[in-house]
Amino acid sequence: MSLELDEIDRAILNTYQGGFPICERPYQAAAEQLGITETDLINRLQGMLDKKQLSRFGPMYHAERLGGGLSLCAMRIAEEDYDRVNDQVNAFPEVAHNYARDHAFNMWFVLATESPDRIPTVLQEIEQASGYRVYNMPKKQEFFIGLKFEV
Amino acid sequence: MVLSEQDYQLIAEIQGGLPLTSHPYAEIGERIGLDEQRVIERIEAMQASGVIKRLGIVVRHHELGYTANAMVVWDVPDDRVDEVGEKLGALDCITLCYQRPRRLPDWPYNLFCMIHGQEREKVLAYIDKLVNSEGLNTIPHKVLFSGRRFKQRGARYQ
Repeated sequence: MSLELDEIDRAILNTYQGGFPICERPYQAAAEQLGITETDLINRLQGMLDKKQLSRFGPMYHAERLGGGLSLCAMRIAEEDYDRVNDQVNAFPEVAHNYARDHAFNMWFVLATESPDRIPTVLQEIEQASGYRVYNMPKKQEFFIGLKFEV
Repeated sequence: MVLSEQDYQLIAEIQGGLPLTSHPYAEIGERIGLDEQRVIERIEAMQASGVIKRLGIVVRHHELGYTANAMVVWDVPDDRVDEVGEKLGALDCITLCYQRPRRLPDWPYNLFCMIHGQEREKVLAYIDKLVNSEGLNTIPHKVLFSGRRFKQRGARYQ
């Protein structure tokens, strides 16, 4: 699979997953560090966004500190019901992402709600719509923060 | 940190991404009636207090070639969770590590970590290696690779 990333794209990805300048002309400041022009940096970011290599260029919030609820949920869905339940689950705006995984617990999604007390309500709504149990597995302790990919 | 009405407006305004223009913070400010300096100050304050965990590139790992995305779950005795969680979290390839509740009898696993790799075989070999090197042979684990991805977006705030 060709990613069509050159050395500068890689440097951009490896440098700016962890933080970005907060000043009047942040792209200018970042571009200087990389030895390219502001316009070049902006065009490259736009290109990677267009190719969907980036999901976005912006903030990652701490849901709980925003007063929100966050939980990982799992379901065990029979193969013949999977597509139906998948559509039902994804229709909830609170479902932030949803992955199929190769296990009896084959549907895994993250719920993000505006307040923690919405989590049980949404879970119940999903159970009622789908006819399947939802296993709620909110985090108890976090051992490592950061999702960083060297490319 | 106490967030004001204005902060929540700012949070909502930038959640989809910063404008890719010369003066992004000024542009955000214009949309919500704040001057550039104020936007910069509030974003800095939210970052310092941890409301913003990180500002910058959020990658789509699948599109970057990291297609073997494994959730490894472990059934760790309760009195060893801290020790094992810290050990796993310190390893290079592990990008997230959480303790979560068991859901007995159906789900015995209480420690979850993520490993992103380019090939399944390599991820599995890496897991075998770390089980041995970290002395985790007695701790049952399962590897759940992701199949189809149906939705990936950040949480939304109003």
